[in-house]
Amino acid sequence: MATAAAPSILDVRADFPIFGRRIDGRPLVYLDSAATSQKPESVIAAIDDYYRRHNANIHRGVYTLAQEATEMFEGARERVAAFAGGQTETTIFTRNATEAINLVAYAWGREHVGPGDAVLITQMEHHSNIVPWQLLCEETGAELRYLDVSDEGKLSLEQLDAELARGDVKLVACAHISNVLGTINPVAEIVGRARSAGAVTLIDGSQAAPQMPIDVGALGPDFYAWTGHKALGPTGIGVLHGRRELLERMRPFLGGGDMIRTVDFQRSTWNDLPWKFEAGTSMVAEGVGLGAAVDYLTGLQMESVRAHERELVGYALERLREVAGVRVIGPRTAEERGGVISFELEGIHPHDVADLVNRENVCIRAGHHCAMPLMRRLGVPATARASFGPYNDRSDVDALIGALAQARQVFGV
Amino acid sequence: MDDLYRDYILDHYKRPRNFGELEPHDLEAHDHNPLCGDELGVHIRVADGKIVELRFHGQGCAISQAAASIASEEYVGMPLDEVGGLDGEWLIELLGIPISATRRRCALLNLKVMRGATTGDASWPNGGG
Repeated sequence: MATAAAPSILDVRADFPIFGRRIDGRPLVYLDSAATSQKPESVIAAIDDYYRRHNANIHRGVYTLAQEATEMFEGARERVAAFAGGQTETTIFTRNATEAINLVAYAWGREHVGPGDAVLITQMEHHSNIVPWQLLCEETGAELRYLDVSDEGKLSLEQLDAELARGDVKLVACAHISNVLGTINPVAEIVGRARSAGAVTLIDGSQAAPQMPIDVGALGPDFYAWTGHKALGPTGIGVLHGRRELLERMRPFLGGGDMIRTVDFQRSTWNDLPWKFEAGTSMVAEGVGLGAAVDYLTGLQMESVRAHERELVGYALERLREVAGVRVIGPRTAEERGGVISFELEGIHPHDVADLVNRENVCIRAGHHCAMPLMRRLGVPATARASFGPYNDRSDVDALIGALAQARQVFGV
Repeated sequence: MDDLYRDYILDHYKRPRNFGELEPHDLEAHDHNPLCGDELGVHIRVADGKIVELRFHGQGCAISQAAASIASEEYVGMPLDEVGGLDGEWLIELLGIPISATRRRCALLNLKVMRGATTGDASWPNGGG
């Protein structure tokens, strides 16, 4: 069994300037990385350097600055693609994961889903992987169906098989790691079975990409979406990896500059991949920042990031058991989980829990975590959630446990 | 003692006054704060243009539930047409605790529900901000 004296696998907090911050003279205990990650110095410096030394609009300028900016942005794309095991030309930059999923729902969904078809998602999806499909189904007359979540926070492959056997499923969309339960879903199996049944797959990797090695090529989904700001990068940039044959046949998502080859008075023709799906001036600084983020993560090695978070989650699960009245939601072991732990504290509403632990500078989230259908399935109005990044260590868990004990004292429970 | 979770706040949270259902009732409303999942409904009995009895019901954080309980004691006996004129500052002052911007809607939910029941205006008091 692990002990409190065991060193962390990673020791990188000093790389993140925000941890120099003191609030009321005390350090930050940041346990909300599932909402957004903190940023290493190298990411902040890359964005700063871009604006100070290289800023220009990309792709068409012939002067030195424009060439540099273009190379920085497209170089970032190459490294982001490689980071996730994707190909450069099929790695599309979007504003965030939500926009990536909407791109598929509009540009692929409106062409391929119709009355009598079904879209199959799961009860544990983030709103970003629910609402675009609701809109698609409302518009096209298709049916939106859900895979259940068990009491232990897991999906059933038998139910997936049964749903696919109905023969009407056009698309299966599923989170790689649940942002509430922490469940690591068996996405390779899900993708394989869906593909055999002729369904297109979309995996929401927003929680997975920052936490574990991802190989989109080996995993084989038709679409894989994730977001930069949860992966140590800036806000305002997300990623969609798509299957080339589908992307080539799809209509554009947004129209405008950069995504065209030629524009005539009545008609236009489209640019090559990936720019066909990147209308308007790109998020150049954000792309450069995300490039620096994946460089940083690659330097840490994603296997180590995963091992670090698994160790921390194991320690946190163990210590949470010491707090009377705590009920942890989701899978029982750290092996089955990403770096996310949702819990309830008997007699104290999650919102009050988050407020009370904030007095110790412990940052956790309380609420529905953008997963209201899952809250209904779990029969809770909200949960408290602690989530981890590479910069966390056991002292953060200890601070949370201490703050929870104090919260219980204030409430007299 | 905690600044926010004072003894009387926790007392109202744990033993809320005027909570439950009221059948029959003359007015009702139900609302929620989607941000944190706080839920609150109210049943109101009216006589001679005044609130003679009311019951809140719902679930949520200590601030939302205690605020409803504390305010309920003010609402009983109040002329119906006065409820629409109450604003967020009245309620915050009544609670007597420092309410941060992030907890403001928790505190104001009961007034929102009361205004919904008596005037049909389901907007946040003072815009909720």
